[in-house]
Amino acid sequence: MAPSRRTLHEILVTTPSFVWLSVLFCVPTLIVFAMTFKPADMYGGLGPGWTLETLRHLANPNYPAIIWRTIWLSAAATLISLVLSIPMAYYIARATPGLRNALLLLTIVPFWTNFLIRIFAWKILLHPEGFLKRALVAAGIIAPDTSLLYNPEAVLVVMVYTYLPFAILPIYAAAEKFDFHLLEAAMDLGASRLTAFRKVFLPGIRRGILTAFLMVFIPSLGSYVIPDVVGGPNSEMIGNKIAQRVFVDRNLPHASGLSAFLTLAVLVPLAVVWVVQKRTSGQPPTMQEVA
Amino acid sequence: MAEFLEFVDVSKTFGRLRAVDHVSLGVRRGEFFSLLGPSGCGKTTLLRMLGGFEIPDTGRIYLDGVDITDLPPNRRQVNTIFQNYALFPHLSVWENIAFGLRVAKRPRREIFNEVERMLALIQMEEHAHKKPHQISGGQKQRVAIARALINKPSVLLLDEPLAALDLKLRQRMLIELDLIHDQVGITFLYVTHDQGEAMSLSDRIAVMNQGRIEQLGTPAEVYEAPRSSFVAAFIGDTNFFEGRVAEIINDDYILMQIDGFPSVVCFNDKKMKVNDLVYLSVRPEKFRISRERPQLDGRYNLISANVEDIIYLGSHTKYWVRVDEYRLAISQQHGRFLLDEQPIRWKDDVWIWWHADDGYMLERYSEADELLIQTPPEEVGQNGAVPAPPRAEV
Repeated sequence: MAPSRRTLHEILVTTPSFVWLSVLFCVPTLIVFAMTFKPADMYGGLGPGWTLETLRHLANPNYPAIIWRTIWLSAAATLISLVLSIPMAYYIARATPGLRNALLLLTIVPFWTNFLIRIFAWKILLHPEGFLKRALVAAGIIAPDTSLLYNPEAVLVVMVYTYLPFAILPIYAAAEKFDFHLLEAAMDLGASRLTAFRKVFLPGIRRGILTAFLMVFIPSLGSYVIPDVVGGPNSEMIGNKIAQRVFVDRNLPHASGLSAFLTLAVLVPLAVVWVVQKRTSGQPPTMQEVA
Repeated sequence: MAEFLEFVDVSKTFGRLRAVDHVSLGVRRGEFFSLLGPSGCGKTTLLRMLGGFEIPDTGRIYLDGVDITDLPPNRRQVNTIFQNYALFPHLSVWENIAFGLRVAKRPRREIFNEVERMLALIQMEEHAHKKPHQISGGQKQRVAIARALINKPSVLLLDEPLAALDLKLRQRMLIELDLIHDQVGITFLYVTHDQGEAMSLSDRIAVMNQGRIEQLGTPAEVYEAPRSSFVAAFIGDTNFFEGRVAEIINDDYILMQIDGFPSVVCFNDKKMKVNDLVYLSVRPEKFRISRERPQLDGRYNLISANVEDIIYLGSHTKYWVRVDEYRLAISQQHGRFLLDEQPIRWKDDVWIWWHADDGYMLERYSEADELLIQTPPEEVGQNGAVPAPPRAEV
């Protein structure tokens, strides 16, 4: 049976992106996976033949600690970002159009400055002789010998700072479509403000929250610059190890092994979201769409 | 006089717009009460203040003797049917109805029994597990009613609940609403801009305009005895006459002199004196129209006119006739259809008459209200609307 005109059009339209994705994404990913099973040579390249040497190295007892830290830092950054951005998105969606545009602009403004510069700015902010440290010591909140920099907490703070806009924007997009009359209806039926928020607003913006979760959690897992700049030796993440294997040890198979592991780790939350989305794909349209 | 539900001198301003302007209003227990008015008249604001979604600038609201003016919506014994139903899209019909009892943390058993009872009341048992987007407009409407009633409110607020439905469905829901009101016996406060809905459902109607109550009364009172030109023109159709009292005929009747129209006799329930300014409203169906001159006593106003437009509407025919400077709307039910009888045609000279008791003197008149009256498009009736013969006898 010949494909219909419509199918033909669909094929034509999707071919470029399909080719792009397979050549520049799928193939390199597979190459990285394959490199895990190649031996390293002493000049930073790949030796001949195949080996399981790298997998043995990955069993190194240092890795579980780093992997665990990567996961909990990413999870914490995601959770904090979501908790901060849901009320923020709610507020932006309910603001007057003028204020709304201003707030959205402010959300995006940090992207106008180079990412590295912003991270270094945090280094200055948290510096032992920095303004923030002195202010906190003067206020008696922290002891003078506390270090704000070079620890996992600093990494967490800067990660939240970096990824917060990626959480605000999708949640805002969902909140903007939300019918706020539903909150009135919930309160009319006896729900308190908080109950209405929890039982009606949160389910209403569920898709935005799922997207935000992915947008924060996945880049967080691959963080490398942030722990490198504001973190210390005890706040290394898996991204740092990969960089170290490439640039310092010049051991590509080893770096590939870690990368492959990270890729597989990222696929897990993706699969979870995919299943959840699928289960709720019958999600009804908004009130306005129906009326 | 403590009514069951009472607004006392309530006002609400949005920016520079005075939405509700010193409204006082009492609603009786169990009553079907309507707030009727054009959009922007303040009826919805009044309802939202009762629901707790707006706080009045001044004035108090009492429900069953308790001041509820400042209570949040979830602490009031009132529930609302929203205009767009506001069903929760992520919950099934069953869970939507159960919502009120769930947040009140009622026992499981009770929630189950009550929801099932409500589903039976609205005859939606077989749709219980559908999501709101899978059911029709009329069904959503019924779910919204059940969801509100399950909380056993003292007052059920209905904000234009039929506006989103098509005509046939609206008529069916009207009957259902009436039945539900009879069954549950609670007070209904119904907001609408549709005079037909208000007239057919309500025990009493408050007609609102520009934030004020123009008139409060039974449907018959506001229709037959409108106090202002606004009420007369907003509810149904009418003809206005402006003139002065020329002569007091007796205790009951005066002769009214009108510029650009013959003098007419009218019932003087307002006890007007000679030379007082009079605004008279005569409903189109109070007129009779015929080509033959009838024999009438002195309490009828009999005037010759010329037919300008005719619209045949099946159950009745509308005529627009010219008398000097006035163009009058006349509505006439049909008698038996007689094939050999000549119906009234466009440009015919006719006699029109009405009984002096059928005109009603207005207390207030505003020229702007003339715009509320339906006027026919020009040239209607010229090309062949076939009007049935009017009844000649009175």
